[in-house]
Amino acid sequence: MSTDTGTATTTTTTTTVPPGRIGDSPLRPDGTLKVTGEFAYASDLWHDEMAWGVTLRSPHPHARIRGIDITEALTVPGVWAVLTADDVPGENAFGLEHADQPVLASEFVRYEGEPVALVAADHPETARRAAKRIRVDYEVLPAVTDARRAMDPDAPAVHRPGNLVRHLRLRRGEENPTAPVVVSLDFEVGMQDQAFLGPESGLAVPAEDGGIDLYVATQWLHVDQRQICLALGMPAEKVRLTLSGVGGAFGGREDLSVHVHACLLALRTGKPVKMSYGREESFYGHVHRHPATMTYEFGAERDGTLVYAKAYVLLDGGAYASSTNAVVGNAGTLGLGPYRFPSVAVDAYGVFTNNPPCGAMRGFGCVQAAFAHEALMDELADTVGVDRVAIRQLNGMREGDLNITGQVIDSAAPVGELLQIVADFPLPPERGEGADPRSLPGAVNNTTHGEGVVRGIGYAVTYKNVGFSEGFDDYSTARVRLEMTGGEAVATVHTAAAEVGQGLITVEQQICRTELGVERVVVHPKDTAVGSGGSTSASRQTYVTGGAVKAACEAVRAAVLERAALALARPAADLRLDGEKIVGSSGEVLTGLAEVLGDDAVEETVEYRHRPTHAIDPETGQGDAHVQFAFSAHRAVVDVDVELGLVKVVALDTAQDVGKAINPDAVVGQIQGGSAQGMGLALMEEIVVTDGHVRNPSFTDYLIPTILDMPPMRIEVLEYADPHAPYGVRGVGEPPTISSGPAVAAAVRAAVGKPLRRVPIRPEHITGT
Amino acid sequence: MRITTRVNGTEQEVDDVWAGESLLYVLRERMGLPGSKNACEQGECGSCTVYLDGEPVCSCLVAAGQAIGREVTTVEGLADGERLHPVQEAFVECGAVQCGFCTPGLVVAAHDLLARVPSPSDPEIREALAGNLCRCTGYEKILDAVRLAAERQAQA
Repeated sequence: MSTDTGTATTTTTTTTVPPGRIGDSPLRPDGTLKVTGEFAYASDLWHDEMAWGVTLRSPHPHARIRGIDITEALTVPGVWAVLTADDVPGENAFGLEHADQPVLASEFVRYEGEPVALVAADHPETARRAAKRIRVDYEVLPAVTDARRAMDPDAPAVHRPGNLVRHLRLRRGEENPTAPVVVSLDFEVGMQDQAFLGPESGLAVPAEDGGIDLYVATQWLHVDQRQICLALGMPAEKVRLTLSGVGGAFGGREDLSVHVHACLLALRTGKPVKMSYGREESFYGHVHRHPATMTYEFGAERDGTLVYAKAYVLLDGGAYASSTNAVVGNAGTLGLGPYRFPSVAVDAYGVFTNNPPCGAMRGFGCVQAAFAHEALMDELADTVGVDRVAIRQLNGMREGDLNITGQVIDSAAPVGELLQIVADFPLPPERGEGADPRSLPGAVNNTTHGEGVVRGIGYAVTYKNVGFSEGFDDYSTARVRLEMTGGEAVATVHTAAAEVGQGLITVEQQICRTELGVERVVVHPKDTAVGSGGSTSASRQTYVTGGAVKAACEAVRAAVLERAALALARPAADLRLDGEKIVGSSGEVLTGLAEVLGDDAVEETVEYRHRPTHAIDPETGQGDAHVQFAFSAHRAVVDVDVELGLVKVVALDTAQDVGKAINPDAVVGQIQGGSAQGMGLALMEEIVVTDGHVRNPSFTDYLIPTILDMPPMRIEVLEYADPHAPYGVRGVGEPPTISSGPAVAAAVRAAVGKPLRRVPIRPEHITGT
Repeated sequence: MRITTRVNGTEQEVDDVWAGESLLYVLRERMGLPGSKNACEQGECGSCTVYLDGEPVCSCLVAAGQAIGREVTTVEGLADGERLHPVQEAFVECGAVQCGFCTPGLVVAAHDLLARVPSPSDPEIREALAGNLCRCTGYEKILDAVRLAAERQAQA
């Protein structure tokens, strides 16, 4: 399958498949609602008599709360409730891996933007004004805002007993390896934001049974439910969640935002309460990608063959743990990229500081590391005089190799092939005289007509784990129901797996059609009435929830055939479900599905687990930590205005192995969007934090790529089935975000001829002014 | 404050509007038209784009009072009954919609572009849509959609 969207049409070539089944690209079922404005996102929810909730947040990165006076806020007409930590009925704590974050700060605030109090009122502006009348008496404390400083034993502790969240120590091969060629570098990666377009929102509705119904945009309903129950002191059956329309996620909705707050206000007021962040609050209201400080060293033979790697990775986790533990896990176990290293010493650290909390974002620990290992691979290539593509192919992982944790790469690892594909793509034409200024650095600002513009080309390759790792029980649940409705067979698929825009609902329909031969598949709303679907994270849903839906369909099919077998007095093993017919072993039609089902429905619920993963050894980091690996490569071509430091990405071409493209068009969409986010980190995206304060919490000052920034992309998708995965699928969403940024950074370095050891690369880094 | 305005061809009158409310807020929260989206509320992302007397504007930057007596068209007003506008149809068919939060604004902006420039070049499409942020698609399929809609409009 290949696409060349540099021309007027997208061409997708696949073998012919039945429409709507796996391998086809049926349209997403929510598409029409989304283009007409009728699709209900979380921020569109509305309820009779609903109140609006707002959050009062800390202005300080670190302070002790000496007292909170809410009396004045309560006197504002239209205010229904003002709540503080004292009003949290259950445990005042939540967190994905450790419940270390207060629902509302009680004794301390540990980052700027930490929630301190809540207000519900009949108008959002009334609530905001009332919140300003809450008097919080803060004693400002010294803040630890530098990750290296946080590692000092005498640094103030953000939490007891200290600031270390995790140290991953990985050792393999020789203890003190030497090599004839040694290269090293330091690299820094700034704090990236998910910048999903739909701000955090939810509507909590108090129920007659004393419980609560929460409609919310999230990535994992059940992990939210667990944390909400803890904070409300309520059992799961009283805390019911339904997924509302999600305006993008990218990791930023893994942690709780409005969830408990809206429930608290609704339970207190007895009214439905809606909370919806504005963009500024959204920057404070979710975790970000960890900023990283890294030191890497590669030892190699004179021909460029790698002998050893040493890596030090320091990730700033901010004020609370969130998923720092797992991000360190990825940065440590995958942080040397898809290469073969005989000897390895990696130390990856995650620490607490009084900076904004950091956690999950697309690429999860691999993104930061890839900037370092890819820059160093270029350095090695130049040092030994080998081509930058060739050196990656020389050292690239192959199927059967062991990675740095000693895990066998037991399915396709086409590192060399992916690089060859991107290297062989035609290059964009040279810039001619009279080029359209919109295609030059500076674009519509018309800052150059080509003078001072230099072209550069860069390559990068990555591999990423798919699914949750290090022994996590990573499962999904699917309920599939088959019945006759109006003379037609209809399947209903019910999972709690979050659709965040990626197209999982389309994939669920495709799998049901493929397995059951039905045309009509209804996707039940995502809610906690069915078992957990696991997180829409780690590129895992097509694999894990897809696997669950496939397994549930197989169970339904088996149950239908059992019924048919009984009616026909034949062994079920001789029967097959073919569309709406039951056929015998030689294909003869024996009866119809309508006859077998009658007015009944057949329904099966199945939990699906991928093969287990294992904890790594705490001393050596060795172990089978991951389920599956996904590979991608990028080639970037940039034009740089070296006088102004402006960059125009001219081409961003990529190749990726997806195992099996269940929905080829959606796969391409993931690759295009993921590549854009990686490019954004290379060139423009950074939450600027000084002394613990966020300086740019807006889309005016935090820049994400626009349509003028994105170049046309050539994309080649490989389908080397993973024999361990349902249909052979390999996770798709994250690899493009990992390899695109380092390729862009490499291209800029090639154009400018400067080391540029920090991303995002800003104009002043290029000009040196 | 009372706001009377014509939205998608229908007279709308709402009372008790606070003077600080934007046209976007009034459309979404008082007129039952949440199609226009609230992604940045400072005119940077284009998700709230509507027509005001035929001109595309960020409705988050228009005070509700400024819409009094004027004509507003939102994304909800572009389809002809059940029949999608060619721009909407092309967005669905080309996979230009993922999470879709930017889509209403992009559909209005693309609708405006094609009304002004029936066969835009790629640089013209990019320039016209540069005020609309999308975080999911990388914009490639949005370009495809605008090209397809232009083709279909030319044929029609």
